[in-house]
Amino acid sequence: MKFGSGAMTNSVAEIAENKAIFVIGSNTTENHPIIALRMKEAVANGAELIVADPRKIPLVKFATLWLRHRPGTDATLLNSIMNVILAEGLEDKKFIDERTEGYEDFVKSIEPFTPEYGAEITGVAADDIVKAGRIFGSAENAGIYYAMGITQHSMGTNNVCAVGNLAMVTGNIGKYASGVNPLRGQNNVQGACDMGGLPNVYPGYQKVDVPANQEKFEKGWGKSLSAKVGLAATEMTGAMLDGSLKGMYIFGENPALSDPNTTHSVKAFKSLEFLVVQDLFMTDTAQLADVVLPGASFAEKDGTFTSSERRVQRVRKAVNSPGEAKTDLAIIDQIYKRIDGEGDLGKTVEASDVFDEAVSFWPAMAGMSYRRLEADSLQWPCPTEDHAGTRFLFEETFNRENGKALFTAVPFVASKELPDKEYPFVLTTGRELFHYHTGTMTRRSSGLNTVAPEAFVEVNPADAEVLGVGDGQRLTVSSRRGSIRLKARVSNIVPPNVIFIPFHYKEAAANLLTSDAMDPVCKIMEAKVCAVKIEV
Amino acid sequence: MINLTIDDKQIEVDEGTTVLEAAKELGVPIPTLCHDDRLKPFGACRLCIVEIAGMPKPVTSCTTPATDGMVVKTVSEKLHRLRKTTVELLLSDHPNDCMVCISSGECKLQELAYLYGIRENRFTGEMRDHNKIDTNPFITREQNKCVMCGLCVRVCEEVQGVGAIGYAERGFEARVTPPFGQNLDCEFCGQCVSICPTGALSGGIWAGKPRGDSVKFTDTTCTYCGCGCNITLRSSGDEVVRVDSDKDNHNRGWLCVKGRFGFEFINSKDRLTTPLIRREKGGQFEKATWEEALDYVAGRFTEIKDKNGADAVAGLCSARCTNEENYLFQKLMRAGIGTNNVDHCARY
Amino acid sequence: MNSKVTVNVCMGTGGIAAGGDMVMAEFIKELEAAGIEDASVNEKCRLHKVGCRGFCARDVLVDVAIDGEVSTYQYIQQDMVKRLVREHVVGARPVKEWLVGDDYHTFHDNQTKIVLGDLGKIDPESIDEYMGVDGYKAAEKALTTMTPTEVIDTVKESGLRGRGGGGFPTGLKWGFCAANTADQFYLICNADEGDPGAFMDRSVIEGNPHAVIEGMIIAAYAIGASIGYVYIRAEYPLAVDRLHMALDSAKEKGYLGKKLFGTDFDLKIKVKLGAGAFVCGEETALIASIEGERGMPRAKPPFPANKGLWGKPTIINNVETLANLPHILTKGAAWYASIGSEKSKGTKVIALTGKIRNTGLIEIPMGMPLKEIIFNVGGGIEGDKLFKAVQTGGPSGGCIPQQHIDLPVDYEGLASVGSMMGSGGMVVLDETDCMVNISKFFLEFTQSESCGKCVPCRIGTKRLLEILTRITEGEGKEGDIDLLLELAEDVRDSSLCGLGMSAPNPVISTIKYFRHEYEAHIKDKKCPAKVCNKLLTFFIREDMCIGCGMCARACSVKAITGEKKQPHKIDNKLCIQCGSCFDACKFSAVLKE
Ligand SMILES: Cc1cc2nc3c(=O)[nH]c(=O)nc-3n(C[C@H](O)[C@H](O)[C@H](O)COP(=O)(O)O)c2cc1C
Ligand code: SF4
Ligand code: SF4
Ligand code: FES
Repeated sequence: MKFGSGAMTNSVAEIAENKAIFVIGSNTTENHPIIALRMKEAVANGAELIVADPRKIPLVKFATLWLRHRPGTDATLLNSIMNVILAEGLEDKKFIDERTEGYEDFVKSIEPFTPEYGAEITGVAADDIVKAGRIFGSAENAGIYYAMGITQHSMGTNNVCAVGNLAMVTGNIGKYASGVNPLRGQNNVQGACDMGGLPNVYPGYQKVDVPANQEKFEKGWGKSLSAKVGLAATEMTGAMLDGSLKGMYIFGENPALSDPNTTHSVKAFKSLEFLVVQDLFMTDTAQLADVVLPGASFAEKDGTFTSSERRVQRVRKAVNSPGEAKTDLAIIDQIYKRIDGEGDLGKTVEASDVFDEAVSFWPAMAGMSYRRLEADSLQWPCPTEDHAGTRFLFEETFNRENGKALFTAVPFVASKELPDKEYPFVLTTGRELFHYHTGTMTRRSSGLNTVAPEAFVEVNPADAEVLGVGDGQRLTVSSRRGSIRLKARVSNIVPPNVIFIPFHYKEAAANLLTSDAMDPVCKIMEAKVCAVKIEV
Repeated sequence: MINLTIDDKQIEVDEGTTVLEAAKELGVPIPTLCHDDRLKPFGACRLCIVEIAGMPKPVTSCTTPATDGMVVKTVSEKLHRLRKTTVELLLSDHPNDCMVCISSGECKLQELAYLYGIRENRFTGEMRDHNKIDTNPFITREQNKCVMCGLCVRVCEEVQGVGAIGYAERGFEARVTPPFGQNLDCEFCGQCVSICPTGALSGGIWAGKPRGDSVKFTDTTCTYCGCGCNITLRSSGDEVVRVDSDKDNHNRGWLCVKGRFGFEFINSKDRLTTPLIRREKGGQFEKATWEEALDYVAGRFTEIKDKNGADAVAGLCSARCTNEENYLFQKLMRAGIGTNNVDHCARY
Repeated sequence: MNSKVTVNVCMGTGGIAAGGDMVMAEFIKELEAAGIEDASVNEKCRLHKVGCRGFCARDVLVDVAIDGEVSTYQYIQQDMVKRLVREHVVGARPVKEWLVGDDYHTFHDNQTKIVLGDLGKIDPESIDEYMGVDGYKAAEKALTTMTPTEVIDTVKESGLRGRGGGGFPTGLKWGFCAANTADQFYLICNADEGDPGAFMDRSVIEGNPHAVIEGMIIAAYAIGASIGYVYIRAEYPLAVDRLHMALDSAKEKGYLGKKLFGTDFDLKIKVKLGAGAFVCGEETALIASIEGERGMPRAKPPFPANKGLWGKPTIINNVETLANLPHILTKGAAWYASIGSEKSKGTKVIALTGKIRNTGLIEIPMGMPLKEIIFNVGGGIEGDKLFKAVQTGGPSGGCIPQQHIDLPVDYEGLASVGSMMGSGGMVVLDETDCMVNISKFFLEFTQSESCGKCVPCRIGTKRLLEILTRITEGEGKEGDIDLLLELAEDVRDSSLCGLGMSAPNPVISTIKYFRHEYEAHIKDKKCPAKVCNKLLTFFIREDMCIGCGMCARACSVKAITGEKKQPHKIDNKLCIQCGSCFDACKFSAVLKE
């Protein structure tokens, strides 16, 4: 990443003091409800809110300006907004001079993206693009907030770069109440990444293919380590199918339902020699396993989570696990000791010891301990015992070698799979307020399941008219990869030619339809856009 | 800066501070019912009245801005009489069923009744006939317990930005009308439930669950999204009976519907309770002991590693599990097995 | 015949209701038939009810003027027109027995009309007629020759106080407001007029809307407001129409809009229709209502003058307050201050109702003794009954008994006896009114109009009402009077807005002056005024009863028996004192004691 970090640069509480807010690809009210409260607060304080989303998401109600761009055209939209900012001289020259590089190339790259061109590609009126540029460009301090809507694309990395460019060009990074703020979908995506749950980095984003890092961890762990970057989750499917990947250990995830092109991934899991799944419930993935291990819920364990704003917080045990279920930490520890052949099997692992070990490898969290977290949560970087933690990043310097942030030219790239005659609709997927991910937890909550009991597909009234479908009618939605049947919800939340399906429901799993096309850099799937057809 | 005197104590506060806030800073207690410092002052319950030199009548401290040189009295015979009458009036229109009320022990009205020692009521009379208890999947409403503090209406409007509840009718019949269940605007965040000072609003799934001494409170972090809300789990034995959130934390006590009401999965009957092993492809799962299962898992992975190399094994860690678990898991893959094949499902 | 004849027919809502349009049509027909060509027939007072003269009880009122010699007739109907034309217009002999009496003249002659002065003289729908009486001259003077501060000072010197009820000095309030720094100020004309029985504001807007607009221009200029609102109740369709008409014509003439009178001052006036809740007249509730919220009062301070509509400095003035302004600016502060009493200057429009001969809308100089109002202007008590008390200030005012009959009617005078000016309602009560019942009656209104926001008002007034109800029903308990007083005081002292603070006034003042009536109800189980049925025994006077059986049919518990054409009898064991028989008997044979 161009600044050297993949977390929210700023804090949630600061949002209330933003003068302008740009939300793109985030249905914040439904997916990050409490962060959305701060956005509403900012609006009540007089901030101007720009929402860019193909769907008329609830946040639109609070927006000064709503840009309904075509799915998959985020980068172009951002580029044309920056074109306006440059054309009107709203860029932050001082910031650009002092703290960035690559500006000239960037300016050149933006030239073609006139509002008119932007309008043609994105479907947003040129006037509105100009308005957005003016609002964002002239605000004293402004923040950008995005989520999967930006990243779950084959050109997700481009989108993220464009977002970064927008912040840099307006000097809205490295200062209070501004910044580039990815909102993390699950409670501890941040922590999983921080802790090295990625194929290319050790804990603390230390690359595995840098010998110094390898050495450091070899020393720390007392083992020799592989210098080869591992497989990304999306690459694992292929490796399973071609037989090179034979054994897998999955915990707390349900990829059989959450992965794109599910049919494909189910086949892959089935072809494994040995699959271990550790979960709370017999999930679709667990059904395919050779061994299923009963894990513990958050209410049954001690540990820490790291939120979107880099806030490390304690998780505390409130109740005992049912039956013989054990904490994941204990299970992993036992398996580790058994594979390793060392260690005292009779000794239970303490979360705080693991925490201390983990932070000892990463200066950004080195100042944290359970003792400190007992009193209050801390935001990384927090390098020393007496450091209070960091509200916002990059106040003085960026995490690149020369301390400067880099502009990255972002060209126009079309989505991998665009609608055609046979599959004329664009499908986008996402979450709804009442459920979480594949629903393993929320669908077991009586209330949530009562108000949101079944899958649905949002269809624009104009399309519904042409298709001759009524609200509540059952439809078949198919892509090149599969088809599902579910109820129509006729609504102008979606624009014409676009349909939306939440991915929480296994009986009509949206990911049977989605494409497993990947972003070449960050290897995220293109869950947000694929081509489908609808049959009554 | 503004200097004022409250009950003979001096204090300096910022411009815009209310008398109530200044008193709070001084540690001078003033009874309140309709106030919450996260919301705009409302001035409805009239309990926070104080006497201010130069003002002809008691004024509500929650709404009155402090001014320089102000001299405030929070205790007097007159104030006591007025507050007591107010509490008595409230109780005269409130069912006397604390014994079976879900909010007993946490109810502000109950506390006030106790503080003002109201055993008999001078003002018994007609009670509102909203005796119906209505409920939706999340929220139970007992309107005859409503004290019309307006907190629910205000939180819904000011904080949640939804405005799903309002007032209807006038006079004694005035009431809060949450179009529960029918109104699609309701997001069921339960902010209203969390802020209601009485038992008028409560969580539907809290009903009939222990509320007294047997309940243990555990502060922890919500397991749902990346907002990282602080929550408090209330449990009785091994059952989680309620989730709430402290108003002094970074999410200010606000939660969403999942965080507040989506906790039943913890005690779900569907939970896995023993290790299961399928010894042959296509075979059935069989219950196993931990010892068996762990040995089996370790053995099989070692076998694959030995036969096909470490990179024939991969692991997916979890964006829902703790840092410690994720750390240990990747360490297991990297140091134990010897591969960097570790990832998690949600890249964001 | 060459004398000039003008006929004016009262055509207000009241006049029309009494048959005004038919009377007018008849005049046109008859005058034509009589061959009188140069006669003009005007619908002179196209006002509501008591519009021009405040005396609609006498409708249809007709003026016949011959060469400026005016005679006024009362109770004129269509079939009387022929004779009027024949005898008065043609024969120059006024029809004596139809002329208004002395009371009509004492009614008018004892008044001092400033605000009501032009009502009925000019056509409210014609801006030219308003300009004919120097309309918009005062605004022009203020804007072109005075600074805002000078305007404020003039109003301060005039001693004008708010006519909406509070009586707060208008100039002073403006000064507070103007002292703020803000990017926007607002002026609101409060035409909500929620007091039952009050209709002065409606009459002024219906009868002379331009005076109110001119007052608003002056006030807006003084405080620097470029946006004004008229908050008027939707139940006043005629007033709303006239107001819109007047605003349109003022805009056309350039008196509203941009650059008024060639100055840099802009003013836009919007009309906002009120939903008809009494409490919406309270200024903070009114602001909430304009902001689109439920009309619920907000705590003061901050006062609207500092933080009002949308959080901006806002002045709210009553219609009558505003209508006084053009006169003050034209004739000067000293002139205005010369009218009225020491601390209350100018005049007050009062709606006089109740057991009085001349009910209607009147305007009197501040400080006129109560006695003069009741007995001179009002013509005394109806039906020669004994005066008992007068309730002033609307439902939340107080009752003033006989002993204070010499009280000067101004803000201080009324307050000194526990009542208030309010919006200027005055209800005269006689010996047949039960004071407990009266206070219950008023409380019923305020109780049901409480917005429900604050506890003392919402529940306290309800409990007061319950106690009063039980007293009137003979269920009163020892100690109830003290309980009433205690609760009344607590409600008064701890309610949020004026409604709750003043709602207990009728209770407090009736207990103060008529405690014995309460005691009679509670201890003796008697209603001295014979109003509270539950405390009365009903019986039938044999000598009056003709045995029609109406009473027996009206009785729901069959307590009345009797043969046809024979005197009937009430069985008091069965009687539930509902009073139906009393109302049903056409021969006054049912008595109650
Ligand atoms: C319950 C209540 C009702 C009121 N109704 C009216 C009303 O109908 N018209 C009015 O002018 N003032 C009314 N007032 C007074 C207003 O709050 C406010 O004092 C007044 O409009 C100020 O104008 P003034 O200074 O010109 O009197 C009411 C006050 C209360 C407490
Ligand atoms: S329901 Fe509760 S929060 Fe709402 S007004 Fe009534 S008492 Fe207050
Ligand atoms: S005093 Fe009555 S009308 Fe006024 S705010 Fe309180 S409840 Fe509402
Ligand atoms: S707390 Fe101030 S009025 Fe209720």
